[in-house]
Amino acid sequence: MLESLTVHRLHFAYTITYHYLFPQLTMGLALLIVILKTLALRTGDEHYDQAARFWAHIFGINFAMGVVTGIPMEFQFGTNWAQFSRAAGGVIGQTLAMEGVFSFFLESSFLGLFLFGEKRLGPRAHWWSAVLVFVGSWLSGYLIVATDAWMQYPVAYRLSTHGEIQLASFWGLLLNPWAIWQYAHNMSGAVITGSFVMASIGAFYLLTKQFQDHAKTFVRVGVIVGLAASLFQLFPTGDAQGRMLAEHQPVTLAAMEGLFATQQGAPIAIIGQPDLQNKRLDNPLQVPHVLSFLTYRRWMSEVKGLDAFPQQDWPDNIPLLYYSYHVMVGLGTIFIAILLLAAWKLRSGTLYASRGVLWALMLSLPFPYIANTAGWMTAEFGRQPWLIYGLMRTAQGVSPQVSSGNVWFTLIGFMGLYTVLSILFLFLVYRVIEHGPREP
Amino acid sequence: MPTIWFCLIAVMIAAYVVLDGFDLGAGVIHFWVAKDDAERQLVIRSIGPVWDGNEVWLIAAGGTLYFAFPALYASSFSGFYLPLMIVLWLLILRGIAVEFRGHLTAAVWLKFWDVVFAGSSLLLAVFYGAALGNVVRGVPLNEQGYFFEALWTNFRLGQNTGILDWYTIIVGVAALATLALHGALWVGLKTDGPVQARSRSLARRLWWITLALTILVTVVTFSIQPEVPANLTTHPWGYVFPAIALFGLASMWWFMRCQNDFKSFFASCIYITGMLTSVVFGLYPLVLPASTNPAYSLTIQNAKAGEYGLRIGLVWWIIGMALVMGYTIHVYRSFAGKVSADAGEKGY
Repeated sequence: MLESLTVHRLHFAYTITYHYLFPQLTMGLALLIVILKTLALRTGDEHYDQAARFWAHIFGINFAMGVVTGIPMEFQFGTNWAQFSRAAGGVIGQTLAMEGVFSFFLESSFLGLFLFGEKRLGPRAHWWSAVLVFVGSWLSGYLIVATDAWMQYPVAYRLSTHGEIQLASFWGLLLNPWAIWQYAHNMSGAVITGSFVMASIGAFYLLTKQFQDHAKTFVRVGVIVGLAASLFQLFPTGDAQGRMLAEHQPVTLAAMEGLFATQQGAPIAIIGQPDLQNKRLDNPLQVPHVLSFLTYRRWMSEVKGLDAFPQQDWPDNIPLLYYSYHVMVGLGTIFIAILLLAAWKLRSGTLYASRGVLWALMLSLPFPYIANTAGWMTAEFGRQPWLIYGLMRTAQGVSPQVSSGNVWFTLIGFMGLYTVLSILFLFLVYRVIEHGPREP
Repeated sequence: MPTIWFCLIAVMIAAYVVLDGFDLGAGVIHFWVAKDDAERQLVIRSIGPVWDGNEVWLIAAGGTLYFAFPALYASSFSGFYLPLMIVLWLLILRGIAVEFRGHLTAAVWLKFWDVVFAGSSLLLAVFYGAALGNVVRGVPLNEQGYFFEALWTNFRLGQNTGILDWYTIIVGVAALATLALHGALWVGLKTDGPVQARSRSLARRLWWITLALTILVTVVTFSIQPEVPANLTTHPWGYVFPAIALFGLASMWWFMRCQNDFKSFFASCIYITGMLTSVVFGLYPLVLPASTNPAYSLTIQNAKAGEYGLRIGLVWWIIGMALVMGYTIHVYRSFAGKVSADAGEKGY
């Protein structure tokens, strides 16, 4: 029998992980559709409008999935994490309410116009509706990341006499330095997903010899934008996040890297299994000194290991945290390799005939989703055992009156409902891909 | 400052009920006014471009409640855990039914989506009414300001209430009638031909049911929640809210007789707003009365967020809402006019 705290955590983890499969494509595609619409407007070439229309179909289905799975997220702060909401609602309620008031109305209004109003609006107004959908979805992303960033690195608050956490500076909350780097990293992750989806479907069409003109556009745009985003993901955004962790959550950094003992010239682990009983990394494959260099820019600097911190402050699931982080970094490296190769072939004009690279692009479709999910798991497992880092433990935030039986009931309900949603989503997207970028 | 936020949230909830109310109502009357597939498609298309925007009001109101009255948000959302989760599932199912009806168009699936759409709309209307009934009746708050209600216990009032008891069921049915009427007036406004004729005649019958239930709910509410008549006695100007509701109800009857669809729909909006504002006026300054001990009740004072947050929130809220008004008017204009069977808009 799991204790009720664990079931509440599973409930949130399941619903948020499933939800975020959709917004990452929404935000990535929103940018790519603006790029296609801009190319259409500048060249006056109907080809790009057709391409944008094809992606708008997929965008519409994906967006609807993001909305219906997103509504439960806002409710769950209150239903499952009532003590947290009561204490911190005055701060994080701000960013969540702003998301509703500023982004959702903008997105829902202009998405309708973008999807159904192309004939009525004319090219320039239709381009604007695409841009406003992009702005709405990226703004929404910022406000959510700012909410999470405050939980990772609480700023701009004061404690009231009743122990409530009150907002002390509006701009301090919105311009939290943690939020800015996390946002940059997260959004470029979303662009990587969008780019790989676009390139992958393009590669599929090229390999099956359908819609070849459009397929080449998809592959070209996907590879170029995806490469830029993958490099940006590594440096400066990933690097900056690592150094913020070293400064503000050093115990998290030690757990992510599987560094049990404090040492000078700390190595970076490529592979290895954290062994909590013996407090060491089993079967390690390590590169010496690299962790010290990445963290402090000096080969021999000292990096604190888990032994430097009391065990009650260690993240409570170190193996999962360690693997999430390594999966994210490993996949990110592979993306850069594939996209560099594809970009090099694109420059030399041989990409559209290189079956090997096209196969790699086509098969890589699921991996950005895995990398983005693993990245968020790193952030959230890394925050444990805190709900608000340094201020409130996860166990103190849960709803006191909601029993584990009720949480299991709704968790199972969501699992069933989301299974049905997945089947419908895949079926509808498959039909769009099969129909391809041509007029009905 | 908390009073301002109390009013603003009441306005947002009223906006949500008025807007999403008509598309829920359209779902409730779906099978009564539309007899074949083409007609049912007409009903769906009358709400197609706007229903998801209407639901954004729920999110925006929820978010605003969260930051302005965190203790109320925490207490009510965790206490109403089960009905809220069921509402979420119904909203998801209903969204799927509306959106996917145009994609999976084999005859069996059309029937299936129609049943899901109508059934989830009906249950949502009842649940919203029951939720309102719970807030008015009061909930078993403990000293820390938390509670948990099962879906039902013995259907009686008292300390051990469930979400559904005889009172909240009456309010739920009244909400169902009100929203069905609201939806019938909307469908009458947006369609023509036999669907319009059926909607109009259904609306006339629903009007009498709504009238009867309004009287019943009012009488019962006055007897079980003494706060409401007490507030009206101490602040007689508050009678203006029930008067607005009565005015809406009466003018609705008049405009339906004149077959003025637009004005009768508008009168229904006024009626709903009048009823909701009467309730919140009746409870003020309570936001969640305790049925256990009046001292445990949540009020605007003990549930509010910090003063600075409320002040800065007002600035961005006003800017945000001005923008929202702009978009909403823009979208309703773009999709104004009747929906007809042969219009070329794909997707709905």
